Amino acid sequence: MTVTAVPSPVKNDEPVKAKKRRNPVRFAILIALLILLLLMLAPLLVVAINAVKSPADYASNGPLSIPGHLYWDGIVNFWNRVNFGQKLWNSFFTSLIVAVLGVLLSILNAYALGIGRVKGRIWFLVFFLVANLLPQEVLVYPLYYLSKQVGLYDSLWSVIIIFTVIQSAFGTYLLTSVYTEFPTELLDAASVDGAGRWRTLWSVVVPVSRPTLGVLFTFFFIWTWNEFFLPLVFLISNDNQTVPVALGVLQGDRLMDATTTSASALIGILPAMLFFVIFQRTLTRGITAGAIK
Amino acid sequence: MAGKSRSRTGGYAVYLIPGVILSVAIIVVPLIMTVYTSFTKWNGVGDQKWIGFDNYTRLFEDSLFWSSFGHIFLLIIAMAVVPTLLGLVLAAVLFDYIAKTFNNRWASVFRSGFYIPQVIPVAVTGIVWGWILHPDYGALNKILDSIGLSGLAQNWLGDPNYALYSVMAVMIWFQLGYPIVMFMSGLQRVDPSLYEAADLDGASWWQRFRKITIYMIRPEFYVVLVTTTIAALKIFGQIFVLTRGGPSNSTLVPSYFAYKNFFEKAQVGYGSAISTVLTVIIIVLAFVFLRLQNRAEKAGA
Repeated sequence: MTVTAVPSPVKNDEPVKAKKRRNPVRFAILIALLILLLLMLAPLLVVAINAVKSPADYASNGPLSIPGHLYWDGIVNFWNRVNFGQKLWNSFFTSLIVAVLGVLLSILNAYALGIGRVKGRIWFLVFFLVANLLPQEVLVYPLYYLSKQVGLYDSLWSVIIIFTVIQSAFGTYLLTSVYTEFPTELLDAASVDGAGRWRTLWSVVVPVSRPTLGVLFTFFFIWTWNEFFLPLVFLISNDNQTVPVALGVLQGDRLMDATTTSASALIGILPAMLFFVIFQRTLTRGITAGAIK
Repeated sequence: MAGKSRSRTGGYAVYLIPGVILSVAIIVVPLIMTVYTSFTKWNGVGDQKWIGFDNYTRLFEDSLFWSSFGHIFLLIIAMAVVPTLLGLVLAAVLFDYIAKTFNNRWASVFRSGFYIPQVIPVAVTGIVWGWILHPDYGALNKILDSIGLSGLAQNWLGDPNYALYSVMAVMIWFQLGYPIVMFMSGLQRVDPSLYEAADLDGASWWQRFRKITIYMIRPEFYVVLVTTTIAALKIFGQIFVLTRGGPSNSTLVPSYFAYKNFFEKAQVGYGSAISTVLTVIIIVLAFVFLRLQNRAEKAGA
């Protein structure tokens, strides 16, 4: 598991370092990498400068010019037209509830499988692994059909319930591997103190595994925020759409000109960038967490 | 000892109950329903009519089905093969060269920068690129125009000859950050003395890269290849936003093909057959990869 602290980088050998410092090639490599990074980020930068450019400015100066003045009308108009505040709230609400419930469900499953070692745990784990792999297409139609039967179609709750289960399949798989190696002494100490299963879970297991739970929470939140396919199918009315769905279905709309499209893309990018900045440490730790035990 | 371990057995199964109930309702039952529906003719309302393997025989004669998998093959190159190889080189350069000759901060700045496309919702990256590649008002053609290369301007996403390649380019851009982050974290496990020994033996950077770097991060290499290949097989959002499978089906992929049959053509049985085949392919592929990985680990041990 690389969920724990990352070891410090390679220690430098002073003479080798001094030799390399004189080497001009190193700057060539740095500059080549900077150019590559700039190319990677160019699409986002182009979106950002054109989102605050007036349509007239765009028509006369093209996409690469720095806007003469900051033109916020494109963003404001688009925001009001799609009622973007509502979409942000829908995305936030859905992602938050899924992250909380998904982590809770993963804890319960992993407690039984990793620490409890219940009978047939291998088969449960194979099930959760397969559930992870399933393309959503193979579940979508029955879920669509069933949600209509129980009156949850076009409700945020249908998406919340489905993603809680889908995300917790990953969470269970990851967390079980952590709990399998949970220090036995702590569990024994708890049982000596007379703590039952339930109290041991909440007062020992959960606090000790908090870093991993933080990674799971972050991932569930961002994954759910970014989901497109199932929300596209389930959330058809304007008031229920999430950010990706609201933006995705407008693509190709006749009302979308260059600057409006940039404005819409920018307000879709900004929340994601905000999460990236907030969660950056957890993210880079967590991306690798599922991979290596 | 026996007493201790007995005190911790039993009484745990109850914690699985919510997970099992929800998994049955959201995953097991729908999965079985889709497989069953794939043997029927059904438009989503009324009765399902059992038709045996008809959907599957139709599928294997459907040129759209085959071409959608042909497109996936190219998308695996763009989403799995190219990012993995490119990411391997970039991760090694960042970890082994930039971090050492400059400092670690530079390496993490690059890593974060390359990772940014991965954190933006796929639908939004679709909008960004849909606009940049737009034939009339898109940034790319405008830029080509302004530097006097208007002859190179194309209807990038609207021309059947270019659409799939444009999508592939977008996907390379989208995926590159993931292998870089994975490989850089894998490299931190490598014992620095291995590199020092190689330096003392006079190994070139390239030799070290081939003999040490690649060897040491095989576990990450497998994981990245599996997850990105599966992601390519499942691709939906970018296709929906960029091309909707068009023009003239030149970017059709299985998941979008299934979606169209479910929700546009009301051929639910046929759509179910497509998604069942896709699911079988993904699961078989995942288990083959797992076997290969286990074998490689045993061979390395």
